[in-house]
Amino acid sequence: MSTQPNHFAPLARLLHWLMALMIIAMLFIGAGMVASVSQRHEWLIHLHKPLGVAILLLAIVRLGVRFSTRQPPLPADLPVWQALAAKASHVLLYALMLVLPLLGWAMISASGEPVMLSSSLQLPSIVPADAQMFAFLRKAHGYLAYLMFLTVLLHLAAALFHGWVRRDDVLDSMLRGKDRG
Amino acid sequence: MVDRSSPPTRPPLSAASLTLRLAAIAVVVGAVAGAFAYVNGTFDPQRLTPKKLINVLETNNGVHPGFRRNHAKGVCVIGHFESSGEARSYSTAQVFNEARTPVVGRFALPAGSPYAPDGAVPIRSLALRFTQENGQQWRTGMNSMPVFPVGTPEAFYQFQQALSPLPATGKPDPGAVPAFFGSHPEAAPFLAWVKTAKPSASYVTETYNSVNAFYLVNATGQKQAVRWNMVPQAKDAPGATAPEGSDFLEKDLVQRITAGPLRWQLMITLADPGDPVNDASKPWPEGRKVVNAGTLVLESTQPQLDGECRDINYDPLVLPAGIEGSDDPLLAARSAGYANSYLRRTSEVSQLPAAKQEAQQ
Repeated sequence: MSTQPNHFAPLARLLHWLMALMIIAMLFIGAGMVASVSQRHEWLIHLHKPLGVAILLLAIVRLGVRFSTRQPPLPADLPVWQALAAKASHVLLYALMLVLPLLGWAMISASGEPVMLSSSLQLPSIVPADAQMFAFLRKAHGYLAYLMFLTVLLHLAAALFHGWVRRDDVLDSMLRGKDRG
Repeated sequence: MVDRSSPPTRPPLSAASLTLRLAAIAVVVGAVAGAFAYVNGTFDPQRLTPKKLINVLETNNGVHPGFRRNHAKGVCVIGHFESSGEARSYSTAQVFNEARTPVVGRFALPAGSPYAPDGAVPIRSLALRFTQENGQQWRTGMNSMPVFPVGTPEAFYQFQQALSPLPATGKPDPGAVPAFFGSHPEAAPFLAWVKTAKPSASYVTETYNSVNAFYLVNATGQKQAVRWNMVPQAKDAPGATAPEGSDFLEKDLVQRITAGPLRWQLMITLADPGDPVNDASKPWPEGRKVVNAGTLVLESTQPQLDGECRDINYDPLVLPAGIEGSDDPLLAARSAGYANSYLRRTSEVSQLPAAKQEAQQ
C-alpha cells in the first residue's frame, strides 16, 4: 500500500541545509556590505555576486527536486491557519530565492556596469542601462531581502515550535531520513 | 491538498515546560535577528557608513535632487583611448592591448552644488569610463591635485564635519578647519600644494591624477603598484588666469573641442618597493619609472543633464581584468559612498528637468 513519506528525500534535505547556510550567509553579507565603507565592503561584494548566482541555480534545481519527489504531509491536527501560513511562507521563500538574485543581476545591468562574477567571468546584461530602472530594482532588492530575512526567522521559529512545543514530525522530517521509532 | 498524517499521541506540556520552550525559541530567533542588527550597524552608531558619508555632504552642500552629491557641476565628454602598447607588459587589460577603446567621460568641479562658481575651488576633476571590446570596463575618477588631503575615510568624514554649518549660526565654525588640519599632519603635502594652486581657466590644460594607487597585473600574474596621470597636450598661455563669471569652464571646453579633438597622455607611474600604496595623502618620490600608456582623445561634449555620463557611477573599483584596486582604504570608501550617492540621485531623475529650468533662470 502506498503511504505518505515521513521525511523529505535525501537530495531535498541536502539542498535545504546547503541553501539555508548560503542564504543566511548571503543576507548577512548584504546587510554588512551596505553598512560599511571599509575594505570589507569590497570583499563582501565580491562574495555576494557569485554566491547569489549559485543560489539562483540551486533554487532551480531545488524546484525540480520539489516537484519530482513526495513531501511528507503536515500533521492532521495542525490548525488550518498554521497550515496555510506554512504553505504561503514556503511559496514566498521559493519565490524570493529566485527573485532576489534576478533583481541583483538586473539592477547591475540597469546601472550599466558589466555584471562580473570574478575579475574575468562576465554575465550578460538582462535589462538595458536605465537610471530610473536601476533605482527601482535596487530598492526592490533591498526591501525584498529584508522580507526574506523576516520570512527565514518565521520559518526558523515555526520549525522549532514544531520540534519543541508541538513535538510532531515536521522538524524531524527535514533533520533525518529514518522514521522515528 | 496533501493528506494530513495522523496525529501522534503526545503528553501535554506543563505550563512551566511550555514557557521554557517558547522562551528558548525566542532566544534562538532573537540571537539571529540580533546578529543581523549587529552586522547592519544598528548597535554601532559610531560606525562610519556610506549613508553617513553622503549625509554629511548633503548637510554641507544642500540637497540638489538628481545631481551627484559631490562633483555636482560638470559636463560629459565623448572620445576614445589610443593605446601605445607600452603598458602591455604590465597589464593584461584589453584597454592597453587594443588599438582603440571608446570612452565616456566627465569633467567636473569638486563641489557639492551644481551651481557653484567655477572659481570656487582650485581643483578640477576628470572621470572616465573605458568600455573594452570584451565588455569589461575601466572606470576612474581623477583629480587635478597630486595627493588627497587625508589617507582614511574616517579623516575625510571628520574634515567634512569641520566644514558643516553650525545650527546656531548657519555657518561652519571658523576654528574647526584649522583645528582639523592641526590634528592631521598627514595633510601637509596637500596643504603645500593647495597654497600655490589657483582655479584654472580651463579643464583642458589640467593634469588629472588617479591619487589612489592600483595594481597592474600581467599575463604571468605579476603585480605592479601604480598611480597614473592624464597629462594634457594643451598648455596654459603664460599668465593665464581664470576669467570673470561663474560658468567659464564648460564654455571654454566646448569652444576648444569644436576646434578639434583634445588630447592627454596616460602616464603610468610604477611604484618602487616601499612606496606607500595604501595612503593617498603621501606623494611618491621623484624619479619613478613612468610608462606612456597611450593617448586619450576627446572629441565632443554633451550637457550633463541628458548626456551619456549622467547615469554613470564613476566608481574607481569598476576595473577590467589586469587592473586591481590597492588596499588604500579610500578606494573602498569611494566605491561604497558613490554607490549610496548613485542610488539617491537615480531615484530623483524625474526631478531633474525642474533643475534644468532652475539653472536657466
